[in-house]
Amino acid sequence: MEEKPKASLWKSLRLGLGIIAILLIYAYGFQVTKVDLAEFRKESRQDSRIRVLRALARPDIFEYDQEEFTVYAPIYVPCPEQPPDFPPPDTSQPHLALSASCGKPNESIQVEGFNFQPNIKGPIFFVPSSDPHDTLALQRGNIETDSQGHFVTVIRLPNRPSTEVQYIKTITRRNVGLPRFSQTAIDTWDKIIETIFLALLATTIGTIFSIPISFFAARNLMKDIKSSLTSIALAALGWPLGIAIGLAAARWLQSLLAKWSDQIAVSLLIVLGAALIGYLLLRWAVFGVSREEEGLSMKLLRSLAQSVSILAWIIACFALSQAGVKGGFSLASRLGSFAFLGNFIGQVSDVITVLLPTAVALGGGAWLGNLGGQIGTKWNDSLPSRAVKALNSLLSALAGATLFALCGWGIGWLYETKDIRLFLYSPAVIGATLGILLALFIPSKQPLPIGLVIYTITRTILNAVRSIEALIMAIVAVIWVGIGPFAGVLALGLHTIASLAKLYSEQVESILPGPIEAITATGATRLQMIVYAVLPQIIPPYISFTMYRWDINVRMSTIIGFAGGGGIGFLLIQNINLLNYRAASTQMIAIAIVVSAMDYLSSAMRERFV
Amino acid sequence: MLEVRNLTKIYEGGVLALNQVSFQVPKGQFLAVIGLSGSGKSTLLRCINRLIEPTAGQVIWNGKDITAASPQELRLIRRKIGMVFQNFNLVYRSKVITNVLAGRLGYINPAWSLVGRFPREDIQKAIKQLERVGIADKAYQRADELSGGQQQRVGIARALMQDPEMILADEPVASLDPVLAHSIMRYLEQINKEDGVTVLCSLHFLDLVHRYADRVIALNNGNLVFEGLPQEIDDQKFKEIYGREAERIG
Ligand SMILES: Nc1ncnc2c1ncn2[C@@H]1O[C@H](COP(=O)(O)OP(=O)(O)O)[C@@H](O)[C@H]1O
Ligand SMILES: [Mg+2]
Repeated sequence: MEEKPKASLWKSLRLGLGIIAILLIYAYGFQVTKVDLAEFRKESRQDSRIRVLRALARPDIFEYDQEEFTVYAPIYVPCPEQPPDFPPPDTSQPHLALSASCGKPNESIQVEGFNFQPNIKGPIFFVPSSDPHDTLALQRGNIETDSQGHFVTVIRLPNRPSTEVQYIKTITRRNVGLPRFSQTAIDTWDKIIETIFLALLATTIGTIFSIPISFFAARNLMKDIKSSLTSIALAALGWPLGIAIGLAAARWLQSLLAKWSDQIAVSLLIVLGAALIGYLLLRWAVFGVSREEEGLSMKLLRSLAQSVSILAWIIACFALSQAGVKGGFSLASRLGSFAFLGNFIGQVSDVITVLLPTAVALGGGAWLGNLGGQIGTKWNDSLPSRAVKALNSLLSALAGATLFALCGWGIGWLYETKDIRLFLYSPAVIGATLGILLALFIPSKQPLPIGLVIYTITRTILNAVRSIEALIMAIVAVIWVGIGPFAGVLALGLHTIASLAKLYSEQVESILPGPIEAITATGATRLQMIVYAVLPQIIPPYISFTMYRWDINVRMSTIIGFAGGGGIGFLLIQNINLLNYRAASTQMIAIAIVVSAMDYLSSAMRERFV
Repeated sequence: MLEVRNLTKIYEGGVLALNQVSFQVPKGQFLAVIGLSGSGKSTLLRCINRLIEPTAGQVIWNGKDITAASPQELRLIRRKIGMVFQNFNLVYRSKVITNVLAGRLGYINPAWSLVGRFPREDIQKAIKQLERVGIADKAYQRADELSGGQQQRVGIARALMQDPEMILADEPVASLDPVLAHSIMRYLEQINKEDGVTVLCSLHFLDLVHRYADRVIALNNGNLVFEGLPQEIDDQKFKEIYGREAERIG
């Protein structure tokens, strides 16, 4: 009973302190964000606001061909001794009548116009020259005709005394013909197309890469993958070695094929030959395999055939990309308005040429890594515990040394040091020590949760990449490949990979486990299980997320140009900086139309798939 | 002949789901596995084909030690063991026929299967199995358009596609109403009697056990508490299996 008032006092004190704290936070927030309504109310601000608003309300989309009328009347400033006597103007044409045919500087005279276009506006000039078409003209005001094409205005003569005749001139313009799209509208259209395709390419790249990555980032698929230390260490040794071998092989092949790079026919012949060999071997060695037990020699023969087949396919790809680069660009120069098709073949081939060595290197890494893993599992299963422990110490020391030395070498390269001791030897020693310690402290045959390790690493990298805004990535990409839409594609693509992989992997994590266990129970391999139990469950949400991402990418690509990444944003920021608000308005309208159309399209398509 | 020796499973987190369980099943027997929910029936059945990795003990089938098999050998063993599940475990977005054909995955060429191609004989076989369970007309519908009883028949057809020598059925009728339950159980009985397939089937209701099983084992808290003929389960045994408070109905 006595506690109660105390408690409520404490409570209200706390509440009061809380309110004060919140007030302080907002007060400081106003201070740092410079909330300033005085600036907002200033006359000059108001004027510029109105100016911008009015410009925005008149987007620069249509324009007319214009006809220009120049009408002039002679005048002397100051009056000569003999009063000037000009011939009367042709009254059937637009003409000017002055209240005096001469005047002193700074004197006001009345100008009257007849027979003009009705309801038309234009400037009125004083031309300080005896040639009425002289480009130097002093604007003295504006005229506006009434419905009869008549106007009266008073202008002040400038202080430009001359003994020669000078002129009063009006220039009026009239729209003729039908309206047509302005240059701004045409440029905007070009850039909008660029924007949509930028988003399309970025989404495509992102999807292609994020699908496999998403499997590594899905906990339910990775948590059961366990491996013995022997096989992990051998795989870790196999990967870098395989990458090195693959890279060397790719280089060698490329230089070998480069001999025929000038003759497209020869390149194509190589493609056909290699593809045929590859296809036949593939049919026999991969699609012809039965699941029944086969003899060792047969197994070896099939493995050999598989390797040769892969080699043949790689050669075919190299030759094809080589022929594509040559052929595509030479086609482009002959196809006329379909040049973009030839250009496409050429560019895609070029991209393949660049990517192929990397792919071959990764493939080599995967192959040797996998082989190492399998050998490791065999040894781990067949050797006695003690032998495994000794082997593990050796192998994991080697693996640790290799990996650490590679990292050290990379860092050393970044900082341009040649200090081998610091960047090669000492990391190797540290890695070896860690490897030995790992081997000693872990029971020799215990399977390690390598799947979870890969999962964690993948997740961490994805989160890091995703936290970098695409706009910032665009700045980096611009440094990398130069200003333009390609930089935008790279930046958006990378961002898409990270965010789609995350979304996808969450989908994989939420699939029903039942089908997985049912398919596994039939004796299916892991790959078959993924194709038959996982893919059917994730394809609809994958399509839906991809659509959603395309929608986001269209939005992003409209502003990626702010950072030099191409697309409509590039034009928009230029026009804003040049205070060209009418053009900017056109681009904003275009963005609004495209974004809302995409929004509608993507939600309509998503509805169909889910 | 299936022989389970001292099978023990301790889940991560320390739950002892199976404790030194040993029993034998002769070829062609219909063995019922009973016990309260949580007693370890599902764990036991899944340890036999190593969907769940046992912590200790051995499972020896036709002279082969399943628990010692390499991944490659394990796949060859699994394809001879069909499995039927309480929740059917169909791939609901796939067609019925695709679900049934999945039973052949252990037999066909892996590369072709990845591109969705099955040999013509297998497709004919799949239709035949669907005919056998009476739903051949549903072959090209999506699995989720079928009723529960029909879905379980697809599950049985999938298991039959494996040309199994043994079927593990984990409460195959627990999600179905009694009338449907009997029709599903009759298919299992038929497969057992006509094709000579060994069946291990966990069940909830004793009347089903009496009607279909040759022999029974009972689990309680991971321990094997009974092994014998169905008619040997008297009130005393019943209380041991299901606990003191349990009332015998029917
Ligand atoms: N994946 C798991 N992780 C931890 N404990 C589990 C897991 N699966 C089942 N269990 C536990 O193991 C025991 C046996 O479960 P289960 O084999 O499913 O029994 P039943 O099928 O007879 O109902 C239960 O106590 C359950 O909580
Ligand atoms: Mg269960």
